[in-house]
Amino acid sequence: MPKDHGIGASSKRREDVRFLTGTGNYTDDINVYGQAYVAFVRSDVAHGRITGIDTAAAEAMPGVLKIFTGSDFEGVGGLPCGWQVTDRFGEVMKEPPHPVLAQGKVRHVGEMVAAVVAESLQEARDAADAVMLDIEELPAIVDMKKAVASSETLVHDEIGTNLCYDWGFVEDNRDAVNQAIKGAAHVTTLELVNNRLVANPMEPRVAVGDYNRAGDMSTLYTTSQNPHVIRLLMGAFVLGIPEHKLRVVAPDVGGGFGTKIFHYAEEAFCTFAARALKRPVKWTSTRSEAFMSDAHGRDHVTKIELALDEANNFVAVRTETYANMGAYLSTFAPSVPTWLHGTLMAGNYKTPNIYVNVKAVFTNTVPVDAYRGAGRPEATFQLERVIDKAARELGVDPMALRRQNFITEFPYATPVAVEYDTGDYHATADKIAEIADFAGFETRRKESEAKGKLRGLGINCYIEACGIAPSNLVGQLGARAGLYESATVRVNATGSLSVMTGSHSHGQGHETSFPQVVSEMIGIPEDQIEIVHGDTANTPMGMGTYGSRSLAVGGSAIVRATEKIIRKATKIAAHLLEASEADIELKNGAFSVAGTDKSVAWGDVTLAAYVPHNYPLEDIEPGLEETAFYDPSNFTYPSGAYACEVEVDPETGQVTVERFSAADDFGNVINPMIVEGQVHGGVAQGIGQALLENCVYDETGQLLSASYMDYAMPRADNVPMVTVDHSCQTPCTHNPLGVKGCGEAGAIGSPPAVINAVIDALHSGGFTHVTHIDMPATPNRVWAAMQG
Amino acid sequence: MSDVTMTVNGKTVSRAVRGNELLVEFLREQLRLTGTHVGCDTSQCGACCVHVNGELVKACTIFAAEADGAEVSTIEGQANPDGSLNVIQQAFQDHHGLQCGFCTPGMVMAAASLLKENPKPSEQEIRHYLQGNICRCTGYHNIVRAIMAASGQEVEGGAIAAE
Ligand code: FES
Ligand code: FES
Repeated sequence: MPKDHGIGASSKRREDVRFLTGTGNYTDDINVYGQAYVAFVRSDVAHGRITGIDTAAAEAMPGVLKIFTGSDFEGVGGLPCGWQVTDRFGEVMKEPPHPVLAQGKVRHVGEMVAAVVAESLQEARDAADAVMLDIEELPAIVDMKKAVASSETLVHDEIGTNLCYDWGFVEDNRDAVNQAIKGAAHVTTLELVNNRLVANPMEPRVAVGDYNRAGDMSTLYTTSQNPHVIRLLMGAFVLGIPEHKLRVVAPDVGGGFGTKIFHYAEEAFCTFAARALKRPVKWTSTRSEAFMSDAHGRDHVTKIELALDEANNFVAVRTETYANMGAYLSTFAPSVPTWLHGTLMAGNYKTPNIYVNVKAVFTNTVPVDAYRGAGRPEATFQLERVIDKAARELGVDPMALRRQNFITEFPYATPVAVEYDTGDYHATADKIAEIADFAGFETRRKESEAKGKLRGLGINCYIEACGIAPSNLVGQLGARAGLYESATVRVNATGSLSVMTGSHSHGQGHETSFPQVVSEMIGIPEDQIEIVHGDTANTPMGMGTYGSRSLAVGGSAIVRATEKIIRKATKIAAHLLEASEADIELKNGAFSVAGTDKSVAWGDVTLAAYVPHNYPLEDIEPGLEETAFYDPSNFTYPSGAYACEVEVDPETGQVTVERFSAADDFGNVINPMIVEGQVHGGVAQGIGQALLENCVYDETGQLLSASYMDYAMPRADNVPMVTVDHSCQTPCTHNPLGVKGCGEAGAIGSPPAVINAVIDALHSGGFTHVTHIDMPATPNRVWAAMQG
Repeated sequence: MSDVTMTVNGKTVSRAVRGNELLVEFLREQLRLTGTHVGCDTSQCGACCVHVNGELVKACTIFAAEADGAEVSTIEGQANPDGSLNVIQQAFQDHHGLQCGFCTPGMVMAAASLLKENPKPSEQEIRHYLQGNICRCTGYHNIVRAIMAASGQEVEGGAIAAE
């Protein structure tokens, strides 16, 4: 029987009630009394020198309070970068300044040049239209290889190059890898593009800055996945506001997918302007602004080589990747193509020699940073595509080739610096064969062929590193922050609990799943436990939600704090029961003395903690509230096997996904319903990347895909039902819940499965010259590939 | 500015509106009915869906003045009179048809219109009907299941849960 509460139950989400009745509290729903509105004047050229900003006409327009330009921000800090990568030669990366409002030059379409604050949004927008920008246009650089080669067109003149870093990993393995490839029996080479994407959470970004003169207190309401991180970065590095004078609130947030991790200029602007004007200042992004100001994702150009011996064992992998940084370094941008990508190049396989080279490049495009999966989808895509290509070249079954090379013994130290604690890749491979009905594929292929369609089956195995991350390790790798998580458990006098967490829910359902954990530990009903998150004023310093870390790291902090609570409550219970602490057991919300019928209810113990009349005051303090900070000792390593079946219309090149199945190993699962939902959503984003989505610039740096008219979001009729299974469970060995994280798997595991399926379909139709199609595999691209 | 009068969720309201004030702005800012969301500026996402005289309308595509005299209903008016979730809302909760909740009001309003027109839609009919509503979180799987369930149809599991 499935459980109906606690760990393992598909508890219905309590947050749904407010979202379903229109009573959620998203940032744009917040209006602060007396607020003014800002409209930004953004550059419509990709690269140019600002020669003049004429605000006179705009200033005279009704309602205008003040127009800000770069000169108002001269003494203000730039947006900081949270990760410093050191290159192959021991040099630190190039880190040009990232101003709030453009200083001297504009470097991408959408960069903010001026800001008009007015009484109403309408007035702000009208006046923004009247600000005259004089920009002397410079040649723009968009193509990464040209950018690296160019010494004339520089995104940042002062650093003398467009190369941010040239990273080698593991540099000491380089010669061994080159040797192994030279001596290999077979080498499969693949050049591919991991297409640039726009995360597109459905809620656009919003920032409301407020300033209270009486207390010299600034408050920022913002659409963030990590309010404490924003407070630290903006307060300490940009505006110079000490943390105790700055509060950041991220209320209900309508999806993030990585793009709401970063500290953005608009947040700093609204906070700054509110202080300058002594008025609240609000900005709500339009979708068009979002396309040109939210950090983009992916955008890698890669060459990968896979070397095999005579027996088809993998002997070496060598990659060379160009990774687009855009015009400025977004908060975590440098870490994505390096430590979140290179470390995953072993995949599920015992390849002994691996070398990864990444050149990070500045271009005149919007900054690129983490998007669901962040580095790991790029690693998986290369590896799983090149393995499929190798299988075809060698005439072997692609799953058999994978299985032969699977890592089977754990813990396993890869040649790319990580140690997988647990996994069972054969188990998920077996499971995918079952749930995707490999046995019935040939019949389905015949049915498709009878309709004049080509059918293909694509598989993919993935591993990811989640539960980000051990602070001391990432510190050595260049992180400028710790990556622990925090929790405060406050037990109220009558026994209910408030759990203050540094994690942040923007769709993940923490308000439901976190109480399941605490309820299981204490034995009180889930509805007695409230989750508080998203406000720096009432949560302990925490790093927020990304990298599939909330349960593995944030949940572990909650476990640790709850353990402290139980320890103290046990002491109180022992006193009340006049028994020895060692004999006290907590079960189903009551403390009892082992082997007797003496017991005291949870609520009586908690009441005693706050009304300490009969209480061991000489030994312990009154009250029942504990905080824990949890720093993981390793990453977690979810893994799995995915299968996709597509139909290709040979007349048009149109690809439709007919079946999609996912067999994941997430370790232990707290709420299966939520886990399955995470996989569904990730898979849809992966199918979107593989078939639909593409963020495109022309060579002058104009953004061609700047609205939902041009950027193809997956819609309900583009994606199939997804069969998901998470019954293969090898619990994580180093966190108290044994959980691994599930938020990104779908987006990591699906793109290679889709493209492998498309190639398989084309081969079945005799188009055997097609060895690769870059994403998105649009009808145009597929048809062109078929024509040769 | 002109004066408009309309019925919103059963209550008559009169307000002065700008000529270019969209219905969605009017609902959100003047009436503070913030359940109706804005997810785009090209009438593509459906987060703003409401009913105007019983028809499904993207509230970012019409001016408030055009709704003068109309009956408008929004997500805030969908629950049962006793405040409990209506059949569609309940099905969305039961089948995990929402994650971040931002697209959800539009989805619920669209689903209500669909079921009025087609009380027992097939999976394909549901997917086709929802073309104008983008959800970035759910992959639509559970939205489709929720709408099937709300229409009283058997819902295929689709998911194989762990023991
Ligand atoms: S806001 Fe109306 S369709 Fe997007
Ligand atoms: S639930 Fe987040 S966009 Fe649909």
